[in-house]
Amino acid sequence: MKKLRYALFTGCTAKESTPEQMMSTMAVARKLGIELIELTEASCCGASHLQDYDDFLSLVLNARNIAYAEKHGLTMVTICNTCQLNTAMTKHRLDNNAELKSKVNEKLAEVGLEYKGTSHVTHFLYALIDDFGLDKIKSMVVKPLSQFNIAPFYGCHNIRPSELQNESHKSAENPYNPTSLDDLIIACGGMNVDYNEKNKCCGFHAELQAPRTAAILTGNAVAGAMDANADWMVTPCPLCHLKLDTQTGHASKEIGREVTLPVLHMQQMLGLALGCTYEELGLKHHVTDVNFI
Amino acid sequence: MGTHKITTQDVTFKVFRFNADEDYLPYYKEYKMEVTSEEVVLDILNRIKWDHDGSFSYRRSCRHGICGACAIKVNGRATLACKESMNDMIELFGNEITLEPLSIKRSVKDMIIDKGDFWEKHAQVQPYLVSDIEDNPESEHLVSPEEAERLLDSDICIQCGACHYACPVVEVNEDFIGPAAFAKAYRFEADVRDEAGTSRISEVNQEAQGVWDCVKCYECQEACPKEVNPIEKITKLHNMIFTKGVAKNNVATRHAVGFKHSIAKHGLLDEGELVRYSEGNIGVIKHVPVAIKMFKKGKIVLPWNMPKADKLDEIKKLVKSSSTAKF
Ligand code: SF4
Ligand code: SF4
Ligand code: FES
Repeated sequence: MKKLRYALFTGCTAKESTPEQMMSTMAVARKLGIELIELTEASCCGASHLQDYDDFLSLVLNARNIAYAEKHGLTMVTICNTCQLNTAMTKHRLDNNAELKSKVNEKLAEVGLEYKGTSHVTHFLYALIDDFGLDKIKSMVVKPLSQFNIAPFYGCHNIRPSELQNESHKSAENPYNPTSLDDLIIACGGMNVDYNEKNKCCGFHAELQAPRTAAILTGNAVAGAMDANADWMVTPCPLCHLKLDTQTGHASKEIGREVTLPVLHMQQMLGLALGCTYEELGLKHHVTDVNFI
Repeated sequence: MGTHKITTQDVTFKVFRFNADEDYLPYYKEYKMEVTSEEVVLDILNRIKWDHDGSFSYRRSCRHGICGACAIKVNGRATLACKESMNDMIELFGNEITLEPLSIKRSVKDMIIDKGDFWEKHAQVQPYLVSDIEDNPESEHLVSPEEAERLLDSDICIQCGACHYACPVVEVNEDFIGPAAFAKAYRFEADVRDEAGTSRISEVNQEAQGVWDCVKCYECQEACPKEVNPIEKITKLHNMIFTKGVAKNNVATRHAVGFKHSIAKHGLLDEGELVRYSEGNIGVIKHVPVAIKMFKKGKIVLPWNMPKADKLDEIKKLVKSSSTAKF
């Protein structure tokens, strides 16, 4: 197989509050022989909030990020569900609206850039499944996670709106019955746990504005995984990770029940199965201790 | 003309049953049926009633995807029963199909739910055109095709409630206005003839009930059988709150505006600073306990270590020249 190369859009979180996300992404890529070229020029995607304030500015900034991936002639991979959504949505809107595209390009021209629409945008999870292949991953597993019940937590912005996200990956996902993360758990030798909240919202995006709502959603998600006998949860989204890993105190209070489970990034889970070390995967950076290893 | 072959499949239906007058708790009943490729979900509801149990209850009226009465959930997915082909459902979910009302906790009898809260929220947003029109106007109040386009299909909502009962915030916060009513608010806010001033937009700007409480889960877009795309309208309402000058200086608006400040400064989001900026110096105190835990685990970047995007001057220039909103 030809070596896979991608332009990596890290987003902000992997550089700040989830350093372990960045470390484990790189560790896994090294193990699998995937080359990731970091888009160091990229800006924040606006995380769906800048869009509420200034939609056009967010389009320009996201188009600029994609323009840098285009310069490399590579598919852009994201490692955050919300970055994935904002980037894919920008791409969709510009590719389907010539007038908007030319307005955005007028701005980009001021800094010598152009958005052409030539680069594909996908989340690392789907790059692994679509391009690398689960069978190949399976064949590279050296430490199968067979003693663990693992609860997948998909995160809204990878699976909804499905029309848009399915444009970005070959393995179309049914948001009411998603399978990608379950398949990855199985490929790592783990037991995938089924529970109602696996495709629900963690509440992250309203944490400051609507803390009670956000806490209940977090609490329900962790409680659902606990009730399904999960040993830990796994997610492809660093924002879901932050919410589920650091906010269970407030969540427990709101739902009136003590809830807490270790929550791993999908890259950390895969890294464990591929034989990466605790240090390489940044497992010491979790607020809810990952104490099963 | 080619021949059209009708195929059949065996399907097990797990059907939600509940009669508020008689049952203490709801239960599920199983019906096994041979389903033909020609049938829609409503045909199955009819057959349960006609062939199995005459007491089985559900709503339907137009049978043309227009009245919104027949909306139910199939394997958790909101659906207009009269529009949804069984074949597609089997393809999506296999041969075990669960039929449930849109909201289990609001079920009155089987698939029939009490939509009272939905209509209350609908009424809350002035769901009509506010315009001072003369009794005998000289000419019609014309709307150009371009002006009609601005409604972005918000006018095709059939009030089925699928989005409302799919919304996780509606589920946990009874004050939340909800996606359908927000889409309705947008429908009139975007209408060039509307003269409601800022009353409607102020209503959806209120904390605890308004658009700021949306968690951006996209369940409403996914659920809507008419492709109204409520979350898109919610984003437009967010934008209007700023452009129409009704934005208040509070945690919600500062949270949105804070992104721009941060990007202009670092290219990236300064996560810690965003929380302080949004909450204010006093409000931020409640986040200190979690912040300390995160700090101990190396999850907080101190101001002097805040990473910056390469080519920051480029980003600064674009933020300056492309900004359209002011607050
Ligand atoms: S996107 Fe917002 S309004 Fe729509 S379902 Fe989710 S929380 Fe509700
Ligand atoms: S927006 Fe769509 S889902 Fe919501 S009530 Fe209207 S038609 Fe139904
Ligand atoms: S019966 Fe009217 S929409 Fe289905």
